[in-house]
Amino acid sequence: MPKTYADATTALDGLLFDGMTIAAGGFGLCGIPELLIAAIAASGVKNLTVVSNNAGVDGFGLGVLLAQRQVKKMISSYVGENKEFERQYLSGELELEFAPQGTLAERLRAGGAGIAGFYTRTGVGTLIADGKEHKDFGGETYILEHGIVADLAVVHAWKGDPYGNLAYRKTARNFNPNTATAGKVTVAEVEQLVEAGSLDPDGIHTPSVYVQRLFQGAGFEKRIEQRTIRERAA
Amino acid sequence: MSWTRDQMAARAARELSDGFYVNLGIGMPTLVANHIAPGIDITLQSENGMLGMGPFPYAGEEDPDLINAGKQTITELRRTSYFSSADSFAMIRGGHMDLSILGAMEVAENGDIANWMVPGKLVKGMGGAMDLVAGARRIIVMMEHCDKAGRPKFVGRCSLPLTGANVVDMIVTDLAVFARADRSGSPFQLIECADGVSADDVRARTGAAFIQ
Repeated sequence: MPKTYADATTALDGLLFDGMTIAAGGFGLCGIPELLIAAIAASGVKNLTVVSNNAGVDGFGLGVLLAQRQVKKMISSYVGENKEFERQYLSGELELEFAPQGTLAERLRAGGAGIAGFYTRTGVGTLIADGKEHKDFGGETYILEHGIVADLAVVHAWKGDPYGNLAYRKTARNFNPNTATAGKVTVAEVEQLVEAGSLDPDGIHTPSVYVQRLFQGAGFEKRIEQRTIRERAA
Repeated sequence: MSWTRDQMAARAARELSDGFYVNLGIGMPTLVANHIAPGIDITLQSENGMLGMGPFPYAGEEDPDLINAGKQTITELRRTSYFSSADSFAMIRGGHMDLSILGAMEVAENGDIANWMVPGKLVKGMGGAMDLVAGARRIIVMMEHCDKAGRPKFVGRCSLPLTGANVVDMIVTDLAVFARADRSGSPFQLIECADGVSADDVRARTGAAFIQ
């Protein structure tokens, strides 16, 4: 069954519905599925719960979904780069669930691995622990966190093959492999769609079983948030 | 007199041992990387998914796929490895990181730390801070001794929502260094004052109880 599609819009055809939960890979603007997010924005689907470490910036990435009021709730660890997010949150239009970054990554990993919940020391004694089950193991207190399964996962990879095997590049890997496992359906945008057999089987980060649809994107912006450089020694 | 940010970073850098795996928080703690003594080889972790973080790139060599947890462009080293966010926090939560150095808004005499939220202000989120303080084997806080209004930041009890409870092992401020022997009730001890700063000066500007 072919998994490859022409572009983001066709790859998402029939998958989007109001009120759904979408998990998106990426850290900051690095490795975000920018074309898929733009296509979700263009679709007009609304009342979304979006699971993503960050919320994009004004006018790019998930910031576009926020600006168009398509998001009902965000589950994130850090949302500090987005003014529209701030406005909607302070006015009560947007729900927000903070999850510590490692807990968020593990919740996606667990959801994708069929693990309903896990105990972690992260957040014990903080607001994050309120209302969560506490349990002692070996004299240490842990809290129960739940796995996440999303209706749709969207990820960005460097290379993919027609079977849906994916390889990521450098720190653009980040949440993408964990997110890819956590979707009932997972769609990947890749920078290079390569021939079957040309990816090193030992270098595949997301095996094909997790990916139902993929396409080779064009015109990636791949924005840099903080351009930092050093001077060459004279 | 008090220490500059670079002097604070140099002092914190003396806590690094050869072979350490270290996570440096965003902001002032990143300066520690500039003060590592000769003969001390450490590996820096970036919690977005990298071990072996190198310096900023030269102009023209920035790579949008290669950033640190502060979203700054960086470079890789010969030892570098990349991994997923879940793997990254597995090594943090699993106690594999020797040390994390973070900033703070408040630290309490019982080792509690608050550095992610001020009620009534927009909350940006905790990012990886809660995982780091819960998981790294040793936690050093680098912070100004007093806030902009002159109020002590090393206090009896944190007034701000906590990032972690009973997790701080050492505090390096612009005035002094405090450390405690364990997390089982040992009090913080004033172990060093900045040049020209007396223990009485430190006590006058500290809300926490500590021993000398």
